[in-house]
Amino acid sequence: MPAPVAPAESPGRTTDGQPQSAIVLEDVSISFEGNTVLDGISFSLERGETKALLGVAGAGKSTILKLTMGLVKPDHGNIWVLGQEVSAMKEEDLFELRRKLGMVFQESALFDSLTVRDNVAYRLIEEGVPEDKIQKRVEEALRFVELEHTLNMFPGELSGGMRRRVAIARAIVDQPEILLYDSPTGGLDPVTSTTIIELIVKQRDVYHTSSLLVSHRLQDAFTMATHYFDRSKNRMVPVNGAPIDTRTSFLVLRDGKVIFDGSAHELATSRDEYIREYIS
Amino acid sequence: MELISPTEWAKDLVQAIQDWTYLAARSIGNIFRHPRYVSDTLQQADLIGVGSLPIVVLTGFFTGGVLALNAARTLEQYGSLSLTGQLVSISMVRELGPTLAGLMVAGRNASGMASELGSMKVTEQIDAMRALGTDPSKKLVTPRVVATIIMLFFLTIICDFFGLTGGFAVSQLGLHLDAHQYWNNAYQTLEFGDVIIGLIKPLLFGFLVATIGCYYGLTSRGGTQGVGRATTQAVVAASILILAVNYFTSQLLLYLLK
Repeated sequence: MPAPVAPAESPGRTTDGQPQSAIVLEDVSISFEGNTVLDGISFSLERGETKALLGVAGAGKSTILKLTMGLVKPDHGNIWVLGQEVSAMKEEDLFELRRKLGMVFQESALFDSLTVRDNVAYRLIEEGVPEDKIQKRVEEALRFVELEHTLNMFPGELSGGMRRRVAIARAIVDQPEILLYDSPTGGLDPVTSTTIIELIVKQRDVYHTSSLLVSHRLQDAFTMATHYFDRSKNRMVPVNGAPIDTRTSFLVLRDGKVIFDGSAHELATSRDEYIREYIS
Repeated sequence: MELISPTEWAKDLVQAIQDWTYLAARSIGNIFRHPRYVSDTLQQADLIGVGSLPIVVLTGFFTGGVLALNAARTLEQYGSLSLTGQLVSISMVRELGPTLAGLMVAGRNASGMASELGSMKVTEQIDAMRALGTDPSKKLVTPRVVATIIMLFFLTIICDFFGLTGGFAVSQLGLHLDAHQYWNNAYQTLEFGDVIIGLIKPLLFGFLVATIGCYYGLTSRGGTQGVGRATTQAVVAASILILAVNYFTSQLLLYLLK
C-alpha cells in the first residue's frame, strides 16, 4: 500500500490545512490602461503583524489593499488571504471572505444617506444580527473611537477626522481578522492624525488584529513601530526600551516594485540611497 | 478634444453591451438568490411609482386631449366624429400610454438612478459596500429593476386611463359628443391583443430604464463631471431604446397576435 501523501503546503496554508499567514502576495502584477502599477510584488503579512506600506503617490499602495480585498484582480500572480486564494475566486464567493476583513477607505467612503449608527451597524444588519445586539456592538465600536455622541448624525455633519474615526468603527464592529487602512491620516491635521494612529495602535495591541496600513506620512508609521497602547493609562505610550514587540514592519514601494521589507530599525539604517532620501 | 479611433470606439461599444447584459442578467438572477432586499424594493417602488404619478397623469391627460382634438378635425370631414373615442383608445392603450409613461419614468428615474449610483461609485461607497460583504447588484440594482418593472406596469394603466379621460374631456367640452357614445366606442374597439400589447411593453421598458440607469451609474468615473455625463447618457440611451424597442415589439406582437 502506498504511503499517504502529505497535503502540499501552499503559501496560504500549512500542511494541516490551517491558514499560516494572514496575507500572502506572490509575484503580483497589475496594469491600468497600459501603465504598470505593480510589477512582480511578493510579501507576506503574518497573523497579528502590522505592515506599513510606504511609497510616493502612485506607487501602488492603495492598489495592494484593493487586490487583497479582491476589489480588483491582478493581471499576474497569486494572492492568498486567510488561506484562500482571492485572485482565483469569483466575485460571488468573495463576499463571505470579505466579512472577515475590515477596510478603512482613503476618503472614509461612509454611506452618506445613512446615519452614523446605520453606517457602523451596516455589516451587522446585513448579517441579520438581532437589534439589541446591534445597538450594543455599535455603541462599543463608537466608544472605541470616542464618538458615542454622533450616533444619530449623518456623515455630512461630521468633520474629516470624525468621519475617519466612524470609518474605523465601521471596520472593527465585527472584529475582523484583518484590517486594511488606506491612508487613514491623509489630509488631516497633526493632532487628529495622532488620534487616528492611537486608535490603530489600540486596535493592534488590544485585539491583535493583523493589518496593512498605507501611509504617506512616515512619522505615522514610525509612531506605530515605537509606541504601544497602555491599557492602564488608556493611551499610547513610547516603548522606550521596554521588552515589548510592537510587531510592526515596513514595506517600501518604488516604481511598482518592493525595494524594502523589514523592521523600523532596518529601515532607519538602510544604505539604499532612495530609502535614505525618502526617510530623511 | 481627444479623438478616438473607430476600432477603439467599436471595442468600447461591444464591451459596454457585454457589461450591461451581464448586469441585467444578474439583476434578474438575483431575484432567485438570497438575500432579498424587500424593504429596499418597496422604498424604490414608492420613489418610482408614487413619485412619477403626477407627471404620468398629466402627460396621459393632455396627450389624450390633444389626440381627440386632432382626430376630431379629420373625422369630422368624413362625418365620423363619433369615432373619436375609438381612435384615442387604440392609440393610448397600444402605443402612447406605454411609450409616454416609459419616457417619463426614464427621464425622471433613469437619471435619478445614474446620479445616485454614480455618486456612490465616485466616492468609493460601492467599493465600501463590496468590502463589507454586500453584493451591490443585489442591494442596489435588483430592487430598482423589480420596482421599476412593477410600477411602470401600473403607471401605464393609469396613463391609459387618464389619456382616455383627457380625450373624453375634449370630446365632451369642446366637441359636445355624447359621453356614453365616447366611452362605449373606446371600450368596444379594444381587443384582447391590444391590451396584451399595451401591457407587455411597460414590462420591457421598465427593465430597460432601470438596468440602463444602474449601468451608467455603476460605470461612471471622473468625479462629479463624470456623474453628470452618466446621468445624461442614461436618459438618452433609455429614451432611444424605449422608442426602438417599442417599434420592434409592436411589429412582433402584431405578427404573433394576428
